[in-house]
Amino acid sequence: MSPVTFYLLSSVGIFVVCLYGLIVHAHLIRKILALNMMGSAVFLLLTGVARRGELTDPVPHAMVLTGIVVAVSATAFALAVARRLYEECGRAYLPEEDPEDLSEEREG
Amino acid sequence: MGLIGSNWLVVPIVLPLATATLAMLVGRRSAPYLGLLTASGILLSVAAIGLTVLEEGTIRYQLGGWEAPLGINLYADGLAVFMLLMTAIVGAAVSAYAVGYFTSRQDESGRVAGDSGDRSGSFWVLWMFLWASLNGLFLSADAFNLYVTLEIMGLSAAGLVTLERRQSALSSGMRYLFVTLLGSLAYLMGVALLYGALGALDLATLGELMYPGAATWSALALITLGMALKTGLFPLHFWMPAAYSNAISPASALLAGLVGKASFYLLLRLWFDVFDGGLGPGPGQVLGLLGAAAIVWGAVMAVRQRRLKRLLAYSSVSQIGYLFVLFSLATTASWGFDAWSGGVYHAFSHACAKAAMFMSAGAIVRSVGHDDLDRMQGVGQQMPLAVAGFALGGVTLMGLPPTGGFTAKWLLVSASLESGQWWIAVVLLAGGVLAALYVLRFLNPALIQVKVGPVARPATQNLEVTAFVLAFGSFFLALLSAPLLALLRIGTPFASVLLVGTP
Repeated sequence: MSPVTFYLLSSVGIFVVCLYGLIVHAHLIRKILALNMMGSAVFLLLTGVARRGELTDPVPHAMVLTGIVVAVSATAFALAVARRLYEECGRAYLPEEDPEDLSEEREG
Repeated sequence: MGLIGSNWLVVPIVLPLATATLAMLVGRRSAPYLGLLTASGILLSVAAIGLTVLEEGTIRYQLGGWEAPLGINLYADGLAVFMLLMTAIVGAAVSAYAVGYFTSRQDESGRVAGDSGDRSGSFWVLWMFLWASLNGLFLSADAFNLYVTLEIMGLSAAGLVTLERRQSALSSGMRYLFVTLLGSLAYLMGVALLYGALGALDLATLGELMYPGAATWSALALITLGMALKTGLFPLHFWMPAAYSNAISPASALLAGLVGKASFYLLLRLWFDVFDGGLGPGPGQVLGLLGAAAIVWGAVMAVRQRRLKRLLAYSSVSQIGYLFVLFSLATTASWGFDAWSGGVYHAFSHACAKAAMFMSAGAIVRSVGHDDLDRMQGVGQQMPLAVAGFALGGVTLMGLPPTGGFTAKWLLVSASLESGQWWIAVVLLAGGVLAALYVLRFLNPALIQVKVGPVARPATQNLEVTAFVLAFGSFFLALLSAPLLALLRIGTPFASVLLVGTP
């Protein structure tokens, strides 16, 4: 197996496992972690792609660096929202929706 | 160059980015003025870019002077300018609305005033970042740059939903954030596969090198899934009703009007410029089927809602279906351009109409204190302008002349008849009837005459006026179809069809 194929297969494997984790886990921190690791799976694929030819291709490296910046900001924001949600309703889970709920008065 | 140089393409991106940063520094008192100034600046620059594209054809600008394989290009063709124009018009209207929205809120009790002051400042910062990312997305000609704009868009849009500190808004914002991040990651995975297979990021180069293979098929599937999730195509719309209805009304208007259109635009751009119409007829048929299902399902759900803003959100599920129908119709045959431009035209008219309807709904909710459809009697007497704006937007959704929705439906229906897929035409027309049903679901109680005494209610005058003006604009959008369709012809992927099809 060539290294690129190995990277490709492990990247797809991590991506799928984390997608599963994102869907089945209810706890917000687990969901955020799953998303974060899905990002890492993509970065793994990109670094693998960079090693296709004789010389290392710098463009995927630049993409990974930018991607890391984006992933850090996204994770930070997701954590902030999760904390705010925990402060407001005392649990770190997304509540089930109740579309027929007409109890609260809305918008001031 | 005629009117402007190609470097003008950076203005609609840099201007709101600079304002977003400045708005953080100047605080909430000056932020609205800064926002309005930026909105007019963007309108002017987009108009200048549009006129130049109309006169001289497409514009390409190489950022930093680096050429395409290595550097990042900005590219304005008819479609990009069309979307920029849509964003500028809806964005300017929402900006004017937001000024009124946050000031009138400060008049209320002290607790609310302190809270809304913070939110007003954050709104302008997030909205300017959102606007910059939208304009950047429409102008980028580089697959990875598109990913960056997509992420800025998703983060600022999720920020706008969570501005409301209520539990329901926070949880739907959180869910929306997960959805939007997942969509962008799927897109990035697709781009990584494309780069692995073709070794390019520039869209034009990718389109030239495209071949059907395992990697490109997987890339197409990942990108399509990601964008369908972000746009809210049935059955991936599960996050949408909550996110749209729980956000504050200016944010709902932006999300429903513009953010959904941006991910749709990205799919459209890649599908026809890079993937050569979806690498065969099969994938387009699947998207078309899902679109048709969305039209019916969204409309039926909208009729069944008991809350005004939820009704509007489900109506968006239905209207997004119209956009995806074009993927099964737009082929290289002679009706391809009709279907393609009909879908894009629908995006424009729906953006204006739905934003206006959410703005009207916001004014109504602000005034009567709830959005329960069963308690709307007499609203038409109290706030005629808001209800009129809602009604005009509703007529656009139904697709009656002279609204923009009519032009869009005309093009889509004629394309589906010409291509022999008459069942699509049936669904499109049935969708219009269902739209009438759910619009009347609000108008019916609202227009009932009741005896009301003089009630003190919050001032919503300028909210109603901005909503009405935008709805009024969308109502007469069909009258502009000739110049707008001429704009769409510039740089369209259906150019070869047009040479045969038009005299």
